[in-house]
Amino acid sequence: MTVKSNKEIRDSTSKTTLKKLIHDFYEQFESETIPHIVLPSRTKKNIELNEDSDVWVYGDSESMRSAKTVKGATQLLKTSYVVELMIKGHLDQDKSSTLRELYYISENWDIAKFNEQSESDRLIEDLEIITGLQREDFHVRPEENGATMFGPIKIKEVTKRGERTMHCQEDVGEAGYQIPYNVETVQFLEHDAKFIIAIETGGMYDRLIENGFDENFDSILVHLKGQPARSTRRLIKRMNEELKIPVVVFTDGDPWSFRIFASVAYGAIKSAHLSEFMATPAAKFIGVQSTDIVEYELSTDKLNDQDIKALQSELTDPRFDTEYWKDQINLMLKIGKKSEQQAFAGKGLDYVTDTYLPERLGEMGVG
Amino acid sequence: MAIAEELAKKQKAISIAEFFEKNRQILGFDSVPRSLLTSVKEAVDNSLDACEEAGILPDIFIKIENKSKNLLTLIVEDNGPGIVKEQIPKVFAKLLYGSRFHSMKQSRGQQGIGISAAVLYSQLTSGRPAKIVSKIDKDAPAHYFELLINTQTNEPEIIKDKVIDWDRLRGTRIELEMEASYFKGRQSVSGYLKDTAIVNPHARITLIEPDNNKVIFERATDKLPVQPKEILPHPHGIELGTLMKMLRYTECKNTSDFLCESFSRIGAQTAKEICKKSGIKPDVKPKKIALDEAKRLHEAFKTVKIQAPPTDCLSPITEELIRKGLEKEHTVDFIETTTRPAGVHNGHPFQVEAGIAYGGNLSKENKVDILRFANRVPLLYQQGACAVTHAVENIKWRNYSLDQPGGGIPIGPAIILVHVASTHIPFTSESKEAIADVPEIIEEIELALKDVGRRLNLYLSRQDNLLRRREKEEIILKILPRIAKKVGEILEKPTPDITPVVAKIMGNVFIQRSVKQNGKGCEVEIKLKNHGDAVHHFSLHETIPHDIKSPSPEPKKIPLGKQNDYLWKVSLKPGEQKAIIYRLDIGIEEASKLSQIVAEGIAEEHITGAKVVNV
Repeated sequence: MTVKSNKEIRDSTSKTTLKKLIHDFYEQFESETIPHIVLPSRTKKNIELNEDSDVWVYGDSESMRSAKTVKGATQLLKTSYVVELMIKGHLDQDKSSTLRELYYISENWDIAKFNEQSESDRLIEDLEIITGLQREDFHVRPEENGATMFGPIKIKEVTKRGERTMHCQEDVGEAGYQIPYNVETVQFLEHDAKFIIAIETGGMYDRLIENGFDENFDSILVHLKGQPARSTRRLIKRMNEELKIPVVVFTDGDPWSFRIFASVAYGAIKSAHLSEFMATPAAKFIGVQSTDIVEYELSTDKLNDQDIKALQSELTDPRFDTEYWKDQINLMLKIGKKSEQQAFAGKGLDYVTDTYLPERLGEMGVG
Repeated sequence: MAIAEELAKKQKAISIAEFFEKNRQILGFDSVPRSLLTSVKEAVDNSLDACEEAGILPDIFIKIENKSKNLLTLIVEDNGPGIVKEQIPKVFAKLLYGSRFHSMKQSRGQQGIGISAAVLYSQLTSGRPAKIVSKIDKDAPAHYFELLINTQTNEPEIIKDKVIDWDRLRGTRIELEMEASYFKGRQSVSGYLKDTAIVNPHARITLIEPDNNKVIFERATDKLPVQPKEILPHPHGIELGTLMKMLRYTECKNTSDFLCESFSRIGAQTAKEICKKSGIKPDVKPKKIALDEAKRLHEAFKTVKIQAPPTDCLSPITEELIRKGLEKEHTVDFIETTTRPAGVHNGHPFQVEAGIAYGGNLSKENKVDILRFANRVPLLYQQGACAVTHAVENIKWRNYSLDQPGGGIPIGPAIILVHVASTHIPFTSESKEAIADVPEIIEEIELALKDVGRRLNLYLSRQDNLLRRREKEEIILKILPRIAKKVGEILEKPTPDITPVVAKIMGNVFIQRSVKQNGKGCEVEIKLKNHGDAVHHFSLHETIPHDIKSPSPEPKKIPLGKQNDYLWKVSLKPGEQKAIIYRLDIGIEEASKLSQIVAEGIAEEHITGAKVVNV
């Protein structure tokens, strides 16, 4: 079976699933029931650890969206318009739109038009939750492509213009392999990697490439580009699960970077419905840890009010409810300082690759 | 003896001015910001009282200038009747000199302490005299005085006295330099003037702040308040000491006349009864009555039935003018006001007025603002100690659509205004900032608040219903049809019928007729369901040019020419569902062309699926 026909099957499943949702509305009208949909509440309070998959998913608390109120009715109308676009505009014609395009397309929908892009983004997430599908299944793309990766792995990607095979060290430019928005079209052919290192900033990613970290340590470097795109997270998970390559995450040492790690390892609150699909519970946090700030005497910035609030909120976030994270967060609050990963440059450009990372990998038993 | 003589040399009377000098907090001069406010208040009260007594629409100008840190100049100028030259020094530079202390009349100032206290405060803190200008007529000279109070004798000391040119028709101007500070906010000069403007909509008040910012509180009416009448004291409101003083100084020759002429509501008959009760002969000279007898007389006031004091001596602001006052100083959606009938507390007539303003740009999250007024004077301090606040807290505001978490002052976008008018306002202290908890007054305030509260509640529930109705209409007219159409298009099916859902959303009675072929004829079923929360009784009419067979339940048949009108009486409880069935000996084609079902005796907005005809 080729990847191509796989896609056809997926598209037809998506169509059936979307139609089922609309059919439910139809049935509700017929059975004299006020049209409604039920979906899980998407809040920090309603995420829980799934024991089987070890990732954070939505709990049992549900919210109802019903045509009883103007707000609910309008949401249902917008949902119908979006589903029509997904079926007739995307799946039937093998086209796709970006989240931003979708928002602009809605301008022609009269009272069903979205007031801002965050609203249409959210509705797409809702559709994912209701149908159990992902936006890629409806041919909806994020604004930007996924980030890049660099390392000893050979892949095959099915593009609209045919299959492409490439080695992510030998066949790519200095920036690495560009991760596509739908990584289900990527197949792994072979690899020599001992671990994957996911890196928050472009500067550090480039530093590791320049210093030959991928070759010296047989590692795949993945650039997260801040809060990672879904495709990046999905690709990391696939490499971890399918190829059994361990994953470490290397970010700045601040509250926001802790959240980047959490979304890679445990899933994001906003998209907990996709956690089982995208989170890599085996991923480990390499740094910058609060303890590193102290031990390596890194240059620091003072925590600002938002930082402190973010740390305090993390103390009640179920994803950070472990001894390790409580210690790290409390220590950062205590010292009142944060550090960037590029602060290692203060000790020489090679310090991070020659000293810090090897020491940390050794402590963690990775590589 | 020698020691006593020694001591006697040191004992001397303390003048009231000296007393004040040492106890100025009693009169509201306890802090730097408050001293300014108290001074403004005394001057403005005097101006308003003077203008009203003279029948002049008040036009009051207030200017505050920074002199140096903590030292500023206050100027208050009015267009009132002015003060005659001889009186000027005493009015401004002698404490307890006034025209109102002995009168039973609703007025702002009472003791004549106010303005001279401000003069004294100014002189104590700046060392400078008060500068006064007053002019009583267009052609009269304007007199300029610089005055100090001799604190030992409580007598004015005239520093300067001259005639000047003053381009005003008439009026009075006072300039005081004092230790004070200007700030903004609720308990500030501008806050006080704003509240004053609300209850004195006939006054124009102009304020120039130290930064030269000009605030004008424009008048909303040209109608002067009705001048309160002066009345004699009522026996129930008199204290023993006062009674004895009155007995001593009266010019009446006998006690009976004394009673009739010194008190309100005592006629010859009542006077006789009082004398009898107290065992005093009616023809005794009042000056001869001793303490014991006076006590008996005082007792008799309580036991003899005496009519309540007249209440026409009060001058309420009136419902209309409170509304206008609130309207001009606040942007709100809704105002209700009430003026209660006058009542009596301790022999003093009083009257309560209340207003509530709601919505507009008032804050939704904060406690409501309580504006307290006594004889048209705003009360800014000691809110927690005031009878008005206590009355507000006693009310369960949730019954009137305002939140009241944990009791106390309610929360919501509202202003509560309470005005108490009386010939004698019972204040908790001399600084006159809080009304004492007199049961009669609290009860009247509560009644007034409940009255405006009920009207607020009515307004809000009406708004609420309107909003809900409008929302439902938007759903059923605009949104639902589009969802149905879109859903049909996506599934490539006919657009689903939305009427049952519409009935459900509207909480209506839903009526639907369905026809099924059965052999040659067809079966008709009319489904009825009540989605509302009220019982509905109505009649259903089927006007058919055929005979119907085996109907259940049996209808009343009324021939109408070639047609028949079949009538069913229907009664549906909330949530109840019923069905009417009958047979027709016609084909389904023809049966589907039957005219619409007609309902009678039910409002159109309560039913979906039938035509309503109400004769």
